[in-house]
Amino acid sequence: MVERLEHEVESGAVPADGVAVRDRLIEILAEVASTARAPIDLSAEPAILMMVGVNGTGKTTTIGKIAWHLSREMGLSVVMAAADTYRAAAAEQLETWAERAGAELVRGEEGSDPGAVAYDAINAARARGADVVIVDTAGRLHTQANLMDELAKVRRVIQKQIPDAPHETLISIDATTGQNGLRQAKLFSEAVEVDGVVLTKLDGTAKGGIALAIASDLDIPVKLIGVGETLEDLRPFDPADYAKALLAE
Amino acid sequence: MFDQLSERLQSTLSEVRSRGKLSESDVDSAMREIRLALLEADVNFKVVKSFTKTLKERCLGSEVLESLDPGQQVVKIVNEELAALMGGTGSELAMASSGPTVILMAGLQGSGKTTACAKLAQFFGKQGKDVALAACDVYRPAAVEQLVTMGKRAGAHVYERGTEADPVDIATWALDEARAERRDVLIVDTAGRLHIDQDLMAELARIRKQTKPHDVLLVVDAMTGQDAVGVAESFAEVAEFDGVVMTKLDGDARGGAALSVKAVTGKPILFASTGEKIEDFDKFHPDRMAQRILGMGDVLSLIEKAEQQVDEKEAEALQEKMLRDQFGLDDFLTQLKQVRKMGPLSGLIGMLPGMGALKQLKNAPLDEGELDRVEAIILSMTPQERANPGLINGSRRKRIANGSGTKVQNVNQLVKQFDQMKVMMKAMAGGQAPTPQQMAKLAGAGQRAPRPRARRR
Repeated sequence: MVERLEHEVESGAVPADGVAVRDRLIEILAEVASTARAPIDLSAEPAILMMVGVNGTGKTTTIGKIAWHLSREMGLSVVMAAADTYRAAAAEQLETWAERAGAELVRGEEGSDPGAVAYDAINAARARGADVVIVDTAGRLHTQANLMDELAKVRRVIQKQIPDAPHETLISIDATTGQNGLRQAKLFSEAVEVDGVVLTKLDGTAKGGIALAIASDLDIPVKLIGVGETLEDLRPFDPADYAKALLAE
Repeated sequence: MFDQLSERLQSTLSEVRSRGKLSESDVDSAMREIRLALLEADVNFKVVKSFTKTLKERCLGSEVLESLDPGQQVVKIVNEELAALMGGTGSELAMASSGPTVILMAGLQGSGKTTACAKLAQFFGKQGKDVALAACDVYRPAAVEQLVTMGKRAGAHVYERGTEADPVDIATWALDEARAERRDVLIVDTAGRLHIDQDLMAELARIRKQTKPHDVLLVVDAMTGQDAVGVAESFAEVAEFDGVVMTKLDGDARGGAALSVKAVTGKPILFASTGEKIEDFDKFHPDRMAQRILGMGDVLSLIEKAEQQVDEKEAEALQEKMLRDQFGLDDFLTQLKQVRKMGPLSGLIGMLPGMGALKQLKNAPLDEGELDRVEAIILSMTPQERANPGLINGSRRKRIANGSGTKVQNVNQLVKQFDQMKVMMKAMAGGQAPTPQQMAKLAGAGQRAPRPRARRR
């Protein structure tokens, strides 16, 4: 990126004054960050959305917010699958969100098979003609091979029912994460083919520079950002705004 | 954890160690390598700078360069400085002289506070203390339920008043209850908050004022990298804390946060959480951690673990049986269970000196599932078969395989392995050490088994 900017300044394509260089740098950063324009694809009936990520990155909260937007603002009927059967009270947490969003919740016993919950949820969605199924999964560290295998299995179970599903697999990444975020995106992507990143907790002091690395190294775009705890604080990712914020002092 | 840093440092130091004499430029280049290794591990750059400076000064001292084994001296110094960087010999929690010890937990959202609370409760519970938890996170949906469930698992009482009450009132009430019920420890869980959120920080300050905690612990996600240190620093400014609980250390190969936090904030890491299970939580010993990073192993922790978990009488009885050649599969099972009580195998291997360097061991997925299978096979045998494995013929093998959900090959393998083990035991009982071939045979025998499916717990 730096080389490209240097080259452009030297060749005279960009005037050599501070403001112009800065603006051009913002443009370049935005370009790298945006990879391809990629909205979240909900055209399938039902569209299956799967949420993955490391513990504590904000998967369940993000799902709650997505469901709220889909159901309250776009009028879609949403089924949530509480496939985090591991963490204590994860299903209860999702239930609260389901109530807020007016979505239906399919859950299993604590400790039961997450694939089975996803399976039931898709069946339920089909029976009721629901528009979207959102599958929550248990947080797991990308370094634990057996848990990553388990995640791949959940995906296979979904694919058995609907071959081209999940239509969107999103990974939530904590904006405060350092270089580790790149590893997370890479290993999760190897296990379940991630389509996009949700950059959460961007409301702190963190700027989420890791998104740039993920977009350029792995070609996975950031699709949504979480900037706060209320429902409206989940927003589409705007590369230009992001690039500006990255350079802001 | 620390894999990446560990590898780099170890290769640099083995280079240094291989030289009989060290010149100043040798030390210089080693220091450069160490500096790079630390920077790549996400260690705060100011910390790296002052660390390598001290290191270099000490290594260039005449007692090092002129000593008989300068390489060894350098390794020793790196070990000492690394330990000092992380807090020396380790710090202790302040405990109350009478009444309940109050521990207040704080941190960002998703750093792992609730889980850390339960793990800490279990840690004290193991010491025979009566522990209670106070559920003061009334904001996140189902946080109270999570603490109640986790608390139950940890064997701790949970004081909760739903999500309608004010967190400050809950904390005050919980402390009164804990006093009245004569609990030893009260751990107060709070909602995740950003250090820039003034309302929530003021609430934290009020909880603090009301409960007068003996210790305030900041829960920090090890994967946060450089930012973790920034967070800790700003938390230190607004809400003083006494120590850090480092979580998700198993997800981070760099360990930059763990290495920088003490130097930047002046507060030590008191506990580290290294896995999904409630037992994957321990006191943080900087000196031992330094040894592990440098591949020297951590025999002290291993011995402590063994002492905690292994029943001495049982062990003696087993030894007796081995000597008399009466060791049956039942005894093997007992032994296996004792070892497994000490925690996951991968964790134990890291504590053995030099083992970390063995690439094959590190990359081989150490299968807990394999051990599950061995247990299942033995449990599917009749008592006679366990005492005398010679009985196990073809049809018995089939029955055992069916009963344990394994294949006949697995049963064959186990029986064969057990036979070899007995030969070795006999030799050892007779005062002979087993030959390397025997050892290799034993170790290799279990490798062809198919991988089990993903499993939790």
